[in-house]
Amino acid sequence: MVPQLPLRQIYVASSLWKKNLAAAGPQKFTQEFIDKQVEEFEVGKRHLANMMGEDPETFTQEDIDRSIAYLFPSGLFEKRARPVMKHPEEIFPKQTAIQWDAEGRPFHFLFYTGKQSYYSLLHDVYEKILYMRLIQLMELLLSMPYCSLEEEFILKFRKQLEVQSSKYEIPALQYDPQGVAFSVADGRRKSAKASITLRDSGSGNITINGRNYLHYFPVLQNREQLMFPLLFVGMMGRFDIEGSVEGSGHSAQAGALRLAISRALLSFVSEGEVEKMRQAGLLTADPRIRERKKPGQEGARKKFTWKKR
Amino acid sequence: MAAGVLSGVRQVLRGPRLVSAVLSCHGQTFSSAAAPDTGETVRDKILNFPITQPDYFHLSELFTIKDLFEARVHLGHKKGCRHRLMEPYLFGSRLDVDIIDLEQTAEHLQQALNFTAHVAYRGGIILFVSRRRQFGHLIETTARECGEYAHTRYWKGGLLTNAPIQYSPGVRLPDLVIFFSTLNNVFQQHVGIRDAAKMNIPTVGIVDSNCNPSLIPYPVPGNDDTPVAMEMYCRLFKMTINRAKDKRRQMELLRGISASV
Repeated sequence: MVPQLPLRQIYVASSLWKKNLAAAGPQKFTQEFIDKQVEEFEVGKRHLANMMGEDPETFTQEDIDRSIAYLFPSGLFEKRARPVMKHPEEIFPKQTAIQWDAEGRPFHFLFYTGKQSYYSLLHDVYEKILYMRLIQLMELLLSMPYCSLEEEFILKFRKQLEVQSSKYEIPALQYDPQGVAFSVADGRRKSAKASITLRDSGSGNITINGRNYLHYFPVLQNREQLMFPLLFVGMMGRFDIEGSVEGSGHSAQAGALRLAISRALLSFVSEGEVEKMRQAGLLTADPRIRERKKPGQEGARKKFTWKKR
Repeated sequence: MAAGVLSGVRQVLRGPRLVSAVLSCHGQTFSSAAAPDTGETVRDKILNFPITQPDYFHLSELFTIKDLFEARVHLGHKKGCRHRLMEPYLFGSRLDVDIIDLEQTAEHLQQALNFTAHVAYRGGIILFVSRRRQFGHLIETTARECGEYAHTRYWKGGLLTNAPIQYSPGVRLPDLVIFFSTLNNVFQQHVGIRDAAKMNIPTVGIVDSNCNPSLIPYPVPGNDDTPVAMEMYCRLFKMTINRAKDKRRQMELLRGISASV
């Protein structure tokens, strides 16, 4: 016979037996409850239509609102406090769909991580990154000595890229009524636009915007820029240059004209010379433009005076 | 219903003394009263028969000790990293590097694969866990191909222990957790091992020579650092699970029952 121990009341803190209302989150409704509410709403809508003497089939939400405002007039200022009859989808907060099937097995393979969409995105991105790693490894292979032995293997993964500047078409050689060959070309630098007509069998006159180049470009540097392409190919006294230029400042205009002259020269010059000109940088358009001014600074780079205190 | 999957498996494979502890935490009984008698016994037969056989799924033909050797499973960490409780599983050490005993590994791996196969056969949820960034993608791909689940990311605190709050109320927890590496990125034991033990979820874990095998019911001593070894483990587990699921579908088609437990 087990001796009876004296009964003692065990007291526990109220937090253990009280329901933690905050931790439960927003109130959850079951799908059946919501379906029942939808049913009741549909039935109620038909009753309301009959009451108002309207056709139940074509009873819209606006008609419902109008009828309710008529049947239950309310003088309350707060619109949300007035009686309302809306579809349960709009009243009850949206429930997250159940994430698992009838046996309890979740649908998504990363369900147990908590953030399934985010981690599945990372999983997919990783496969893309593997491709970038492949590119890195191929470049490493190319940097090794004796990589020419594996050239065949590497070329399988490589596609020939055309050199950008070779895409520029050489301007066609045109002949004016006298039989003199000439070509026309354009050039740009900063915001200066230039257009050049290069005439053959001339004596080296250069006219820009209707004025002699000596008058238009008093600075020696700009005149040198104009001369450089002709000096490079060695056809100094052969051509007559007629050009028009607008925009930007004198240096940029000179640069634009130089590019236009080089491009016009392409039609008078052989293939090897064209390559030499490309190597010399005569055919590359200068990409430098004015850098924008940033807020919080004086200019593009200059900062305001720095004060220690 | 869903939670009764493992009670039958555990009774046979773990010994009678654990039965009472197991049955008390899963409060649901195994049989339902409404189904007709013939349907019940056939379903019972499908579920109970594989447990009576030692190697029902013929998993011993999936790997040999030579395969384990070639996959460098026997390579452990250096002597200074050795965990005291791993000493029984080590064959020895050579040039300061611990060598894991592959005969013991083969036995443990056989038992682990057998258990996984039985769990998959009974429609249990299997969760692959690893915190190694090198193999995370591989493990996630393996899990997706098997139709099971993976968690190779940062482990949030109450995922298993506070599941109704972390997910939704009524969520079903995994019935088996497989750790491809029991350590996390700071070389401490993965929190999931302790949590699974708290929630009475059996665990299979690949323990390296610097890991603690104590809380893991089915440890598999082996290398968890080499890509070859990890690919081999992934392949083995995938083949086991697919085999078990195919067998289950086959049995159901044979006996003509559409509903599974």
